[in-house]
Amino acid sequence: MRSTGVIPSRPKRRLWFGSGIGRLNYRHKQRLFIYGGLLIPLIYFVVIRILPILYSFNVSFREWGMLSPDKPFVGFDNYATLLSDPLFLKSLVNTGIYVVVGVPAQLIAGLIVALLLQQVVKLRGLFRTAYFIPYVTSVVAVSWIFRWLLMKNGIVNALFIELGLGPQSFLYSPSQAIFWIIAVMVWQNIGFQMLIFLAGLQNIPKLYYEAAAIDGATGWQRFVHITIPLLNPVMLLSVVMASIGFLQSFTQVLNMTGGGPLDSTISVVLHIYNLAFKSFDMGLASAATVILFVIILMLTLVQLKVLGSRFQQE
Amino acid sequence: MSRTAAWADTRTTLRWKRSGSLISYGLLTLGLGLMVFPFLWMISTSFKTLDEIYSLSLIPSRVTWDNYAAIFQGTPFPRWMLNSLYVAVIATVSVCVFDSITGYILAKFTFWGKQVIFVLILSTLMVPTEMLIIPWYLVSSSFNGMDTYWGILFPGLISGFGIFLMKQFMESLPLELLDAARMDGMGEWGIFLRIAVPLVRPAFATLCILTFLGSWNSFIWPLIITQSEEMFTIPVGMAFFSSEAKDSSNWVQIMTGATLSVLPLIVLFLCFQKQIIRGIATTGLK
Repeated sequence: MRSTGVIPSRPKRRLWFGSGIGRLNYRHKQRLFIYGGLLIPLIYFVVIRILPILYSFNVSFREWGMLSPDKPFVGFDNYATLLSDPLFLKSLVNTGIYVVVGVPAQLIAGLIVALLLQQVVKLRGLFRTAYFIPYVTSVVAVSWIFRWLLMKNGIVNALFIELGLGPQSFLYSPSQAIFWIIAVMVWQNIGFQMLIFLAGLQNIPKLYYEAAAIDGATGWQRFVHITIPLLNPVMLLSVVMASIGFLQSFTQVLNMTGGGPLDSTISVVLHIYNLAFKSFDMGLASAATVILFVIILMLTLVQLKVLGSRFQQE
Repeated sequence: MSRTAAWADTRTTLRWKRSGSLISYGLLTLGLGLMVFPFLWMISTSFKTLDEIYSLSLIPSRVTWDNYAAIFQGTPFPRWMLNSLYVAVIATVSVCVFDSITGYILAKFTFWGKQVIFVLILSTLMVPTEMLIIPWYLVSSSFNGMDTYWGILFPGLISGFGIFLMKQFMESLPLELLDAARMDGMGEWGIFLRIAVPLVRPAFATLCILTFLGSWNSFIWPLIITQSEEMFTIPVGMAFFSSEAKDSSNWVQIMTGATLSVLPLIVLFLCFQKQIIRGIATTGLK
């Protein structure tokens, strides 16, 4: 065929139905391919992702019982109700704990494993695999495995007694339960974090370390002045992603404690779930999702700004 | 630095390195135990008889397959596994098809609205799923989507993350190659299918596996959209089954179920490790 767009002066031909695509010139064909290929994904994104967000805002301003036929507009009433509901406030505080304890724990654990893995040559693949396996497994199954391990007469308690720490009530203790849930979440995500950090570490040129070694920098100095700053972009991504993950704590909470004991582990998402699918108050539940959305957005923007600028200075 | 001093220096570094790596090996092995032990304990429990479940030995004194027989005969577990498989396969195929086309177009063409479309797709990644779930639920319940496969499937048919991943991989394709094919008169679809797709095969492997895992493990949406036991996916069934069986004698069954829902993933991961790890490392750095 000679009809490539490279030959610009092609006589214009009349197009009619049926004579079709074969006669369109190269540029038109390309345009057709672009917009044709994007058509379904675009419709999908608008209908399944964008419109529901708008709908969600709409529902959040209405009194929306599942059974009542009319859903009157009530303005910010739902938001006011939520912010004066002690259980919602409790779930906000708990979610704060999930994020503030969970994110650094996960990052530090992942960084330690990544650094250790860098030190070893043999068996590296085996270690990497073993650390990564929990990440690919089902969160529900993992929650139940840990429930089993952390039972009153479970294996962990047997170990605790052996070590002289005495029997613990773990998930049944209002002061401990949330931290055990966080521990399980961190355990499951270490592998992911490790991989991200390993990739980041491999991108740091060896030359920097050699130069620092010649200048007589100790291992710790090299870590603080080379590794950490150069890992910053990777760290930024990790912090943002981990924060979003912990802000959305749900599956582990529902399966390990159901939010108890004494609501000590209830998270915002679990509260939303209960509002929407236990008491079917979609208006309140939607308002809560909007609040969560705003929190995630603000936190992400702040993190990008603060951590991002720190990275640029260095 | 004199030659001998340099030599001594290398030797101390070596010795330091060796002891350092010894400590590393020790700590890593300890951590490895921590990572693997829960699974070992789960598997061990699934092979124990009821009167032995509280014994603190990893190896059961009498290995029994009864728990597996019971779960296959007395519960809808096999059906749940088939449901999960069905849903995961369809989601994987759909995501691969649509995300690769979209990623390719966004990576290799300039056209009006490109930036807007890309930002639009990426920005949906920032929206918490919970915000979408309520509208999805309200719409599904008024369109008879509850408790159907389509109901479970529709939110996961195209993924923004996948488009991003595909775009990253497609960007590395040389434009000259595509243009050469154009000169030879190949159509745009032909170029995409016969040149671009085969060249980014590793990206497809990554995307397939990650989508499959994600779909198999997804919990909150199937939990909401499914109502009858026959429609549950594995995580929903697992959660339902476990909270039904709260009395402790059923821990063997719960752990058998957990083993069944976890083992396929571990096997899958071990087979496709390279692709998964590469995929995550790639997305992690960009």
